[in-house]
Amino acid sequence: MYRFLRDLDRRWIFLLMLLAVAVPILLQSRFPETPSALSRAVFDQIERLQPGDRVLLAFDFDPASAGELGPMATSFTYHCAKKGLRLYFVALWPVGSQMIERTIQDVILQDFPELAYGQDYVNLGYKSGGEGVIKVILTDIRQLFTTDAQGTPVDQIPMLQDLATIRQMDLIVSISAGTPGTKEWVQYAVTPYPEDLRIVAGCTGVQAPLMYPYIPDQLPGLLGAIKGAAEYEELVTRAYGRGAVPGTYSEARRRMGPQLVAHVLMILLIVGGNAIYFAERRQGAR
Amino acid sequence: MPRSTVVWTALMVCGAAFLIGRAATSPRGMGYAYVRLIPQAVDAEHPQGRWQTVEQATPAEYWRAQAADPGQTAIRWSGANTVGIWIAAFLTLAVLSFLAGDNPAYKLAESVLVGVSAAYWMVVAFWEVLVPNLLGRLLPGLVKAWALPGLESTTEVLYLVPLVLGVLLLWRLSPRGAWIARWPMAFIIGVFCGLRLVTFIHADFLSQIRNTIVPLVVVEQGRVSLWDSLRNVTVVIGVLSCLVYFFFSIEHQGLVGKAARLGTWFLMITFGAAFGYTVMGRIALLAIRLEFLFDDWLWLIDPNNRRLWEGAAALLQGWGVWG
Repeated sequence: MYRFLRDLDRRWIFLLMLLAVAVPILLQSRFPETPSALSRAVFDQIERLQPGDRVLLAFDFDPASAGELGPMATSFTYHCAKKGLRLYFVALWPVGSQMIERTIQDVILQDFPELAYGQDYVNLGYKSGGEGVIKVILTDIRQLFTTDAQGTPVDQIPMLQDLATIRQMDLIVSISAGTPGTKEWVQYAVTPYPEDLRIVAGCTGVQAPLMYPYIPDQLPGLLGAIKGAAEYEELVTRAYGRGAVPGTYSEARRRMGPQLVAHVLMILLIVGGNAIYFAERRQGAR
Repeated sequence: MPRSTVVWTALMVCGAAFLIGRAATSPRGMGYAYVRLIPQAVDAEHPQGRWQTVEQATPAEYWRAQAADPGQTAIRWSGANTVGIWIAAFLTLAVLSFLAGDNPAYKLAESVLVGVSAAYWMVVAFWEVLVPNLLGRLLPGLVKAWALPGLESTTEVLYLVPLVLGVLLLWRLSPRGAWIARWPMAFIIGVFCGLRLVTFIHADFLSQIRNTIVPLVVVEQGRVSLWDSLRNVTVVIGVLSCLVYFFFSIEHQGLVGKAARLGTWFLMITFGAAFGYTVMGRIALLAIRLEFLFDDWLWLIDPNNRRLWEGAAALLQGWGVWG
């Protein structure tokens, strides 16, 4: 047995991992979620806003990270739309613009057809320049955004007419997969203007540990990876009724089934690998 | 032939047989995509609109529309989107096949990715950076007439400076005078150093020090909050011990050595948490690709009820009520 495990072809481990993820997906396994304090903080920051308040949604991610961040983007948009907030979509990543369009299509056009473009929500699209964009729109949004994503001049968009800078936003929601992303929004926007701006964020698992030092003063709430997304989904579902929330808004919780099984497998592999390592070392000592 | 090759070939053949079986026996196929036509600029002369845009429709919507009116054209099968699903499925499998070993399918997928990414970035840089940020500032009238009808700006001569710097940067490609590119490079480095230095000192250095100055004993409503106090003590000890670990001017012996060793433990826990998060992220990526294969391509699962009608229709057909 020891020799079999020691010489095991690593492709069997890949196959095991594939099955560990595939089987729960095929069986549609779901497990209960208990929201953590950080997810609750994100939810509370949006809940405390009043209808008509301005929210800047920064979609700084691409299809490569949509598996983790897509469910967050969907839930954030749904939550904000339910609250009657005015949504300003913006992207610092080129493909972020497509992510915005997809979310508008899936959430606003499907479930909130009564919302009017230009009055309740606007897509400002992608703007190149990374953190430079944040620096500029903190003082004058028109210097960079002369049109929306469709090319309509900003002066013809009602919800942009009385907006001079993003410091007028009541909340920034950053959904980010890297640089520029949440870190830059915290560094360049929120830290210099703590009285004017607040931010909550959802980010990938790889990025999450880098965000923890900013909690709670500079970053009150954070959704870390698919787990954070699932917890936030659970909070939104609880608040707005299970029957009222369509199935599209359970993507993250659906993906927690494969996570659980795959993590159990990972733990077993780590324990097994260490056991083999120590057994080998003991044999070597003899 | 090696035993492992036989086993893996058998697995691949089983997978291929399943796919063929699935495609042949599925009552309504698999991997099809449908679109809804949205008429635009509808008026009396053009009741169907001057032109039409398309948006994705679900198979259930298509089947429902077909059941109501077999001749309808509002929702139709989309060849382009269907081919897109099949190409995406092939590329997903091609990339995953690398786990079994390097092979031509993986090489092809890798090359497609590199080529598409490079082309995409070139197009984005032209249309999102050069046209609006440079040409739009220097020749607004021309750009407005040619590319951006919504552009509202006047000629800004100052933007000749970035134009010149850009040309100087391209000088690097020239066999002679490549050193000229160092000037704009120096400008870029200087600007970003200044921008990031100030921000880093404010947002990371000073703010992080301030975040570490916390009460070690937290009192809330006249009572000591044990968990909050413990958390604050852990933060302070963790920061101090990690700082000691990176302080190499004193030999790590005695009290300093013990503090540095404690710092190592905190660092290890941090790396472990980061590893755990990374694993979670990677599994999520695998999960969404498998979900795509099972849902959009193979139609084995239907988490968003996009093909709910399939089951209902089959039931009705079984009862002889419909179809």
